[in-house]
Amino acid sequence: MSEIRIENISKSYGKVQAVKNVSFSVKSGELFGLIGPDGAGKSSLIRMITTLLLSDSGTIHMGQYDVVKDYKILRRFIGYMPGKFSLYQDLTVKENLEFFATVFGSSIEENYELIKDIYQQIEPFKNRRAGNLSGGMKQKLALSCTLIHKPEFLILDEPTTGVDAVSRVEFWDMLDRLKSKGITILASTPYMDEANRCDRIALMQKGEIMGTDKPSKISGMIQHDMFAVSADDMYKLKTFLSQCQEVDEVNLFGQEIHIALKSESNETIILEKLKAQNFYNLKFRQIEAEIEDVFIHLMTKQAKEGQND
Amino acid sequence: MTKDKIIIVKDMVKKFGDFVANDHLNFDVYRGEIFGFLGANGAGKTTAMKILTGLSKPSSGEISVAGYDVYKSGDTIKRNIGYMSQKFSLYEDLSIAENIRLYGGIYGLSRKEIKKRSAKLLAQLGIEDMANKLVGALPLGWKQKIAFSVAIVHDPAIVFLDEPTSGVDPITRRQFWDLIYDAAQRGITVFVTTHYMDEAEYCDRVAILVDGKMIALDSPQNLKEKYQLSNMNEVFVKLARGHRSFDKEQ
Repeated sequence: MSEIRIENISKSYGKVQAVKNVSFSVKSGELFGLIGPDGAGKSSLIRMITTLLLSDSGTIHMGQYDVVKDYKILRRFIGYMPGKFSLYQDLTVKENLEFFATVFGSSIEENYELIKDIYQQIEPFKNRRAGNLSGGMKQKLALSCTLIHKPEFLILDEPTTGVDAVSRVEFWDMLDRLKSKGITILASTPYMDEANRCDRIALMQKGEIMGTDKPSKISGMIQHDMFAVSADDMYKLKTFLSQCQEVDEVNLFGQEIHIALKSESNETIILEKLKAQNFYNLKFRQIEAEIEDVFIHLMTKQAKEGQND
Repeated sequence: MTKDKIIIVKDMVKKFGDFVANDHLNFDVYRGEIFGFLGANGAGKTTAMKILTGLSKPSSGEISVAGYDVYKSGDTIKRNIGYMSQKFSLYEDLSIAENIRLYGGIYGLSRKEIKKRSAKLLAQLGIEDMANKLVGALPLGWKQKIAFSVAIVHDPAIVFLDEPTSGVDPITRRQFWDLIYDAAQRGITVFVTTHYMDEAEYCDRVAILVDGKMIALDSPQNLKEKYQLSNMNEVFVKLARGHRSFDKEQ
């Protein structure tokens, strides 16, 4: 059983409450995404899960083990890839991998099968120093080193931050293949669009989990009707929509503006108002909320509730 | 937006030993335009940006920024542009007001002018009561918004933004783009790099770099039509993946 159970975890640094009473579970064999911007508390939470940081209160279990009591045994079962590039820059690719294998009393040969797919892509450069690798290759080496002791849990802290859109897709493909080998994976990311690559996600902001669900179910967290609007002059369109009383939320989404209508309003009213403005190439269609819509919605709600406290 | 060229780049090459980081780049940027500069990691974006901001000299090519030649007038260029990066922007152990004063001074504004613009900047962001707070104590989103306002405190012709929204929450990311639009409306040219492809849609034109070469330069709309794709993320992935050979040929 390799599930992760996080119960009522809190952590403060002085006056700053980094993690506030967080609870959720990651199922055995699941690919779970922890999604939130910088400063949300993702890294603190991950450091507590990986036995590197003690919580102020609450418990975390990885399978049958408690992260505080059983940290020594547990570390054998955890593969942790920190946010910052964590390899030895002046060791070669092969030396890095050998080093991490040896630390866990293993060898490259013993678990080669697990890393084969990933390592083969960087094997032609095995004698190159890690410091001289390109970003994408560094990441593949770091992942190989994280896997070399055949962990049951793979915990990744922002593995795709600062990585371009193409390499990000490739990285999630790698995680998919690892999942199929039965590893339980928890990955954090500030990129909302990566949510769709996960089985389930938790949305984190200001130390709190705002919601946990399957990516396909997340859109249900917004009760309002959502519409996508576009026209030639987007700046003018956005300014106009922001001033409409019928509209609750107005946000730019690439080439469109997403609006949430107030519950007492309806689309006919707003559409007529827009038509009266004579926008060129006006387009208007109903949509399902995307993950960023939901995140923005929950953040706004959280901020309002915070003011009422 | 006029067709007045504020950046002119002809045959720009930058080599590091045998490695060609910028391979004969040709492009113009117009005054008041929001110009997106996209590329995979290692495509040569930072190298080009360093040349355009007067921090590094090209190996060859003709480049002028805000009307000045990059070979002869690097220092003049620096006074006519603003620059902001994700990694380093404001001094954490100075207050907001002190940071504004410091940068105003560096950009050559008079004391009187700094005072005036400082008040205006704080009012625009609605943070008059936070002026004496240390920057280090602020959330990332606020730091980025203030850093941007500071980068244009001297009304530069062009502002260069190097991944200004990485890791920022979705609300702040949008507020940040509101600031960019405001600056562009005031006639400031915005030259911006980003890994968020929805932000590429907000640019008037985007350039895509792959392995040091510019493989596309057009408006997001035209690029999507040309490749028959529905958004800029698809365009980027198609172009960057189709052309690149990195990781294999290195």
